[in-house]
Amino acid sequence: MNLDLLRPEICLAVTAIVVIAVDLFFRHKLLVTITSIVGLLVSFGMAISLIGSHELSVGNGLFILDNYAIYFKFLFLGIACLVILASTDYVKRLQNLHGEFHALLLTATLGAMLTATAQDIIAMLLSIELTAISLYALVAMLKNSKSSESAVKYLLLGAVNSAILLFGLALVFGFSGSTSLLDIAQTVSSIQVGNIADNAGLIFGLVLILAGFAFKIAVVPFHMWAPDVYEGAPTPITLFLSTVSKIAGFSILVRFLLTGFSLPESLSNNWGVILAVVSAITMTAGNLLALTQHNIKRLLAYSSIAQSGYMLIAVATMGIGSFHTISSSSLLYYLTAFAVAEVAVFTVIIIASKHKDNDDIADYAGLAKQSPLLACAMTLGLLSLMGLPPLVGFMGKLYVFSQAVQHDLLWLVIIAVVNSVISACYYLKIIRAIWVDAPASADNIRSSFAPKAVLLIACAGILLFGILPSILISGTEWGADLISGIWEFFR
Amino acid sequence: MHISSIAPEFIWAIWWLPLAAFAVIAPLIRPFPGKAEPASYISIGAIGISFILSCWLLISVWNTDGHQILVNGLNWLDITNGPIFNFGLLLDPLSAVMLVVVTAVSFIVQVYSRAYMHSDPSYRRYFAFISLFTASMLGLIMSTNLLSTFIFWELVGLSSYLLIGFWFHRPSAIAAAKKAFLITRIGDIGFLAALLLLYSKANTLDILALNSSAVTAVLSGGVLTLSALGLFLGAVGKSGQFPLHIWLPDAMEGPTPVSALIHAATMVAAGVFLVGRMYPLFDAAPHALTVVGIVGAFTAVFAGTMGLVMKDIKRVLAYSTISQLGLMFLGLALGGVWVGIFYLFNHAFFKALLFLGAGSINHATGTFDMREMGGLRKKLPCTCACFTLAALSLAGIWPLAGFFSKEEVLTAAWDKQPLLFIFAIITTFLTAFYIFRVVFMVFAGKYRGSQRLHESSKTMLLPMIILAIPALASGWLNANGGFERLFVSEGLATNSFWDGIVGMFTHPLPWISLATAGFGILLAYVMYIKVWVKPDRLKGNLHPIYAILTRKYWMDDLYEKLIAGSLLYRGVFRAAQWFDQVIINGATSGLASITKTVASRTSRTQNGALQLYALVAITGILIIALVVILI
Repeated sequence: MNLDLLRPEICLAVTAIVVIAVDLFFRHKLLVTITSIVGLLVSFGMAISLIGSHELSVGNGLFILDNYAIYFKFLFLGIACLVILASTDYVKRLQNLHGEFHALLLTATLGAMLTATAQDIIAMLLSIELTAISLYALVAMLKNSKSSESAVKYLLLGAVNSAILLFGLALVFGFSGSTSLLDIAQTVSSIQVGNIADNAGLIFGLVLILAGFAFKIAVVPFHMWAPDVYEGAPTPITLFLSTVSKIAGFSILVRFLLTGFSLPESLSNNWGVILAVVSAITMTAGNLLALTQHNIKRLLAYSSIAQSGYMLIAVATMGIGSFHTISSSSLLYYLTAFAVAEVAVFTVIIIASKHKDNDDIADYAGLAKQSPLLACAMTLGLLSLMGLPPLVGFMGKLYVFSQAVQHDLLWLVIIAVVNSVISACYYLKIIRAIWVDAPASADNIRSSFAPKAVLLIACAGILLFGILPSILISGTEWGADLISGIWEFFR
Repeated sequence: MHISSIAPEFIWAIWWLPLAAFAVIAPLIRPFPGKAEPASYISIGAIGISFILSCWLLISVWNTDGHQILVNGLNWLDITNGPIFNFGLLLDPLSAVMLVVVTAVSFIVQVYSRAYMHSDPSYRRYFAFISLFTASMLGLIMSTNLLSTFIFWELVGLSSYLLIGFWFHRPSAIAAAKKAFLITRIGDIGFLAALLLLYSKANTLDILALNSSAVTAVLSGGVLTLSALGLFLGAVGKSGQFPLHIWLPDAMEGPTPVSALIHAATMVAAGVFLVGRMYPLFDAAPHALTVVGIVGAFTAVFAGTMGLVMKDIKRVLAYSTISQLGLMFLGLALGGVWVGIFYLFNHAFFKALLFLGAGSINHATGTFDMREMGGLRKKLPCTCACFTLAALSLAGIWPLAGFFSKEEVLTAAWDKQPLLFIFAIITTFLTAFYIFRVVFMVFAGKYRGSQRLHESSKTMLLPMIILAIPALASGWLNANGGFERLFVSEGLATNSFWDGIVGMFTHPLPWISLATAGFGILLAYVMYIKVWVKPDRLKGNLHPIYAILTRKYWMDDLYEKLIAGSLLYRGVFRAAQWFDQVIINGATSGLASITKTVASRTSRTQNGALQLYALVAITGILIIALVVILI
């Protein structure tokens, strides 16, 4: 066991415990925040020290340490850091739950990091559950009726989903006799082409597992929890759900499919086409449903569902042809771009919700007059989600769509482009409210330094990665180097 | 004297100096109260240095082997197995000459604007926009690949929009800005389509690579013709050629120095530049080049006729610009790059001078309507001298600049295409007539307005006097064939300077063109000074023609009433509205009512909704599983 390769994760686990202790013994709540940030930064440093390490398999193949895993570690740690900084004001509403809030956020991040590293279906399931269970508690943390209601919904549907996922994993295990993705890959690759129907159990298992992941990334028709939970959860947790939780889902989806099920080609073509169809349905449904929303968090939930659809395009291209690395690179780019934009948008909501009665779009009327910084950040974030050049979201769409065109998915790109146009309607609705409509009150919106710093970082990211995409692309191309076992095996 | 070659850093500086001026003025100086003057100093200083560097660059290009300097830029976008876009600088005679024209005219116009815009409350905004425009224009000229050319092309359009609508409190200015933006956008569709086509076939947008692959027949005939026509459609929009010319006269709503810089000398010439830039591609697609020539020749006459009857001095000049741009395209199509660009080069100076003169006249009289002018020669002697000089140059009178460039176009047409030669010679006549109609109506006779006249300030006159020098003499640059040799390197003998100035009179062609121009001026003299032929009587006798011309061939009506009004608004938009309201709205409100039902159920019975959620998910699984296993 070479557990020292899991040092960022171990550090995070230790930090979570320390945070609870600090919360118990010290009155000053700022210490909790500082401890969490320090823990995240140390963990980040440890993740940097992992770059270029040559021992790949950790814990007898339970986990694997490739560039892909390390890239996601950076992404999750970075987002977690921004979420905690953005909620320094917000946590005051949580009465006595400071320590729990931070500790659970850390364990949820820990789960996400392990998810991206897992190479064994047991480890996979446990990491996913670690994130999910932490989030069930976090969603309930506002302790009002809305928050509790959404937590219960999330818990119950999450439990159903876990059952589905577990059932699928059990079927796959039963078929292959091993929990390791590498062994599964060998068994699966030996299926004779054309005999897929004979292995209905395995295929049914695969479908169930995909459904389990689809729930995590909020893909139609497994999306229905998202709007309710996004609306009721504390806003920082909504941000966390829509970024870290979703991105973790994508990380394991891609690893699972590429490692375990990329051969034989007729099989990978199959799931590629299914994902393409699901992606088309998801983005269309997400965008159409978003059009009628009045609550900004609900609207962003549907927008986030639609964005999952765009991301699935990249996953679909991985199934349909060669060039996995570039498809993964485009997915990593899109995920990062999405995360940066979401951080900007939700941080604005976190800051503004202190002053607004509820989260109706109408309450954001005249935000530009109350706080130009918030208005600019919100606008940049929404325009980036919309995909306006030269922002990072545009480059992400361009990258993913160009991959899709190369894989002969022109029909899907056309649907996606039409969808981007539809999405402009509701994004612009918010932007218009912010800039054109008159504010209800002339009070300025104040906030402490940390959330503002988060906004500035996010805006800088949106602009920098959009104008000079090469910086980020060199990172994602590095991170796209995924050790998908079966390819190694054949090499 | 040997001048050392220019360093790449300085070439970059040509572009980023105006950009930096914009970046400093717009956010740092504009929002804060205080003196407005520093904005103009920054802007003028930046463009002044750019101008000096451009001249140095032109000399360097001249001295370089192959007349080409390539500056590698940053790799703007580089995707493995995907597109690579490089933002570098391509300096050849074409771009070097354009750089000198743009920086020179921009510098002079900005100095002039200091006085012209003196009391305007938005003085700083003006200089910010002018700097933005200049930077975009310079970027457009130096781009190494068509993608960045297109980005700057759009930026130029944006700054033009901002400057036309500069006085945004006037409804007419806003309407004109919008019109310019929309009409040029039609052309940009062609440009964009050509980009996509070229990229899909040649897998690159690098200008040199495209031009060479056009020559080496990597691109096949149909693709070449289509993409060349697409590019030309972009040029038609930007350069106000028929049938997308209607925005340019309205664009005169902007401040007059802006008209001089953008809508006479530089931006509208971007279309000519684009065709020149991609000339090997056009050359390999002869049909496209024929279209360029025909559209140019037709526009030259078409716009010239409308210039005959306009009463607003700036509108006459606007139609004149459209007409002259037509001749440039004709020159490009028949004579090659250098003929078109030589015309552009000369035209930039004398047309800018005409506009600055119009601005000076407006300062004195408070109007652009020529019916309220007259007799200004005595009160505005300096303006009168400069304007008349530029008018002679425009009319193509020996030995002024305009004569030499027009001569090259006429020679090319004479040699290659007699039919188009007739168009060109008619344009010569029209040009001489309408511009001297302006000169006589404005400067001769008695003053018909009611203002107290005064000559403009020195800050305005000095730029005009400086511009008068190239308006007089810029044509002499090719007297010994120097300008031509810059573009066409091989096989040209040097002739002496005097030979170039007077030598061509051994050929009948200059006599024909001079006689035509002279006849135009004479007719204007007869009608507006001697009044042997009363313009009003002529108007009465030729009423139908006059009506056609004043209504601009009903082109505005065609666009606004027929296409925009009947076809689009009442036809397509109504249909779209119906589709939107009945189908989309029906579907979305249907979806919305489903969502609402679900939502209301959620609030009533939480259990029901949850079961529904789970049910939907499991149904989804079953459907997918069935599809996978059965198919």
